[in-house]
Amino acid sequence: MIVPLVVDVTLRPGIADPEGATIERALPALGFEGVTHVRAGRTFRFEVDAPDVASATAIAAALAERLLSNPVIEDAVVRRGDQ
Amino acid sequence: MTRIGVVVFPGSNCEHDAASAMRELGADVDFVWHTETDLAGFDGLVLPGGFAHGDYLRPGALARFSPVMSAVADFAAAGGRVLGICNGFQVLTEAGLLPGALQKNRGLTFISQPTTVIVASTRSTLTRAATVGQRLVIPINHFSGAYTCDDETFDRLEAGDQIVVRYETNPNGSRGDVAGIANEAGNVVGLMPHPERAMSTLLGSGDGRILLAGFLGAYALAGARDVGAL
Repeated sequence: MIVPLVVDVTLRPGIADPEGATIERALPALGFEGVTHVRAGRTFRFEVDAPDVASATAIAAALAERLLSNPVIEDAVVRRGDQ
Repeated sequence: MTRIGVVVFPGSNCEHDAASAMRELGADVDFVWHTETDLAGFDGLVLPGGFAHGDYLRPGALARFSPVMSAVADFAAAGGRVLGICNGFQVLTEAGLLPGALQKNRGLTFISQPTTVIVASTRSTLTRAATVGQRLVIPINHFSGAYTCDDETFDRLEAGDQIVVRYETNPNGSRGDVAGIANEAGNVVGLMPHPERAMSTLLGSGDGRILLAGFLGAYALAGARDVGAL
């Protein structure tokens, strides 16, 4: 079966996020008040051809850890892309 | 004669600067394309600056999977000298040959300027011809140069005397003002500043010679900061 999956990669808590901080600083100038704790990240979407969802998710988790994220500074979360 | 291999990835752009600097200090230099897997005969390796594999995903993330990197890891494990400069440092951290990671600069600007670094340890192959506390003017040229690691790793780096150069004035948000680190044995070193671009006082600074001559083991040349002085 073809399983659409999404991997969200974000900086781990406590790791400085200059991109998120810059966005947060810009918000008041655009009239957005009360928005805090902005963290930037990236999303990867792909499809995995596997016997079932569990094995597709396992493949996605492995490639997320080995390539898509740097575990030293980033967390990767795998979720279904069709739900 | 010391034989140095300069590893070239698609997107490397400082390999000729590195080769020129090493040759000026007496080394025999060969370029090593990233698909090579045989590093026999080299006394040391340099991973130069640039944008290996376009820096796509993260700097060094794809270069880590280049065929040559398994050979580089074996070379390092056998005690061989390995030096990663700028992008080369990023590749070494992604490959797990050095701890931590290089993050986007605080302020999100690409920084290209001379910086002063202070030698913090002389037990690495790069800093062994320098003295602790010595100030060296070496240019930086990067967007992702802020050194980052967890507390445990940082404590281990400090306890093991593995932080080899620190910025006098932190330009990029690097943790602990770290400009360069070594592995536990001191044979693998990475730094963000470019010593190969500090080879002559006529061009701003000759302080890079102290580091690169040390790396080559050419101690007699470490004190000579100008071409004319050699």
